[in-house]
Amino acid sequence: MLKTRFGGVLFQAVAFVLAMSFVSLILVAVGASPLEAYKNMLTGSVGSMRKLAEVLVSFVPLLLVTAGLLLTFSAGLWNIGVEGQIVLGAIGTTWALRYFVDSTLPPALIIALSILAGMFAGALWAAFAGILKTFGGVNEIFGGLGLNFVSTALTLYLIFGPWKREGVASMSGTEPFPDIFSLPQLPDLRISPWALGIALVAIVVVYFILQGTYFGLRIKAVGKNFRAAYLLGIPTWQYSLYSFLICGALAGAAGALQVTAVYHRLIPSISSGYGYLGLMVAMLINYQAIWAVPVAFFFAALNIGSIQLPIVLKLDSSLSGVLQGVLVLFVLLMEGVRQKFVKKV
Amino acid sequence: MNQETLLVGLAGVLAAAAPIIFAVMGETLSERAGVINLSMNGTILLTAMSGFAVAYSTDSLLLGFLAGMLIGALVALIVAFASITLKQSQVAVGFVLALTCRDLAYFLGNPFMGVAGPRLQAFPIPGLRDVPFLGPLFFRQELITYVSFLAIFLAWLWIYRTRPGLMLQGIGEKPAAAYIRGANVNLLRYVYTVIGGALIGLAGPAYSLGVRAGWMGTISGLDGIGWIALSITIFGGWNPARAAFGAYLFALLQWLGLVLQPVLTQVPSQVLQVAPFPLMILTLLLVNIGNAEWVERTLAAMPEGARKFFAKLLRTMRTSPPAALGVTFERD
Repeated sequence: MLKTRFGGVLFQAVAFVLAMSFVSLILVAVGASPLEAYKNMLTGSVGSMRKLAEVLVSFVPLLLVTAGLLLTFSAGLWNIGVEGQIVLGAIGTTWALRYFVDSTLPPALIIALSILAGMFAGALWAAFAGILKTFGGVNEIFGGLGLNFVSTALTLYLIFGPWKREGVASMSGTEPFPDIFSLPQLPDLRISPWALGIALVAIVVVYFILQGTYFGLRIKAVGKNFRAAYLLGIPTWQYSLYSFLICGALAGAAGALQVTAVYHRLIPSISSGYGYLGLMVAMLINYQAIWAVPVAFFFAALNIGSIQLPIVLKLDSSLSGVLQGVLVLFVLLMEGVRQKFVKKV
Repeated sequence: MNQETLLVGLAGVLAAAAPIIFAVMGETLSERAGVINLSMNGTILLTAMSGFAVAYSTDSLLLGFLAGMLIGALVALIVAFASITLKQSQVAVGFVLALTCRDLAYFLGNPFMGVAGPRLQAFPIPGLRDVPFLGPLFFRQELITYVSFLAIFLAWLWIYRTRPGLMLQGIGEKPAAAYIRGANVNLLRYVYTVIGGALIGLAGPAYSLGVRAGWMGTISGLDGIGWIALSITIFGGWNPARAAFGAYLFALLQWLGLVLQPVLTQVPSQVLQVAPFPLMILTLLLVNIGNAEWVERTLAAMPEGARKFFAKLLRTMRTSPPAALGVTFERD
């Protein structure tokens, strides 16, 4: 047991080294200094309190999405539609804020209701993918991808149609909401402790669902062996749908927080690829909730750290995506090598 | 709209569908052999960028296309190695590659953004170009579009009319049986995945050296095409002819979106451009719903006449994936 666990860590370390070497080679190939690039990404992400706050802003949606995906992955589902579920969360929240903006309710209540509306919308969108899967026979990957495109179309339609800004509609999004409808932020920093709190609570709850509840056990049973779970009397398709709904609600919360804590309006790229990135985080941590926080933080730091690359080193900021992708790829490959190796011994 | 502009428009649809045709044919071959190459979206972007970069640097369009095929084949090789040899999830590896190749394309393509480079010229076929109606529609295209017509025909011929094609169906449907008949299942899967990848790799340069010449980074408008092509593969039921129909239908819908824009002024243009996607889900639902168990139960409960009608309707639309799609093969 100890030996295999140590072996696992060893293989992961090798994967990490290989990934870093590969990316360094790419950097050398384009005539850049890898060390300079990494140093820049480090100072650009955790070099100051300001940057660290930016990292946390990006960490919040990523962690929420990852938390949700841990449930769908446990149920054996590839919820690629999570990206659209974030978008719908943002749309639901914007809708609610627009609805309540002139009411006499206290702002705190309005914000809370709007976030709930976002979670509901995200869950609804996930339910579509789930129903397409369970009743329509449409694989969740393809149904989800299609729904992602539809959600983008819906956002654009709303921004350029019914919710367009006074005067001229533009890609900059809808009219920003008054400041009282924003989640309070730390002084001088952009991060809202409320948003951070929600994300952390979400991952803890998911951890306990999966580790300590009968519900989580059943979800895992459905994921491990759908047929066996069915024969054991677990209502399989219901559990598939539950995992979709919870994941959608968490992704919806991520979208809701993008509106209430970051952008204060609906913008075309509101989901910013956090859904797809969350899938990568979940894969990298091998679907273990315990590792979600550090890895999501690391990925968020890469995202923020790469922002200044174009200015300082004339490198495209997509370097962070390359690094994240290559890292996950090598970890997957090394896991395969390890399984092959261990089996032979 | 007079007949001439209509013909030009439709000829444009055929050209615009060419890259999708390559991607869909490549994916069909790969999936027929039992391997899902989910990396397609990234592969198309990476090959579009590198095909353009190579053609720009060497001033040779041919080298650009070859570079695209080579890179497409390499990415497919990673998918094959991870799934066949290392027995990892095809979906996971493919998805990671889809994102990584996309970002790699943006990262490496940075210096080539917006530069003017070589591109394919129209290559009218002498004699045929002047045939009324058919000439302007089919025979005044770019070379790569003719190749796309050929690809559909060859892929169909290969799968349904040749012995190796029969074996290809076998390794995707019943690998164990194919193995007993003497097929080296895993080797063949490697071969088809890599050939399929090379075809997918043609899609990128077909864009960047043809229909959407140049490399524009994130605003190239190519992000998402690969996912569409994946849906079309399913819509096509792993049959090249039907898949080609799906690709042309998609290109036609996008073109209609553009044409109808001045007419439907109250609909934002951004919405019309994505109009094909909801239709795509609907078609996926239609071709898949026949596989769902509750549908069969409902059908069974229907009166005889209605049951026969609906069953026939579902059967014509329905497609089922190769039985061993995504399943690793082991001899024992």
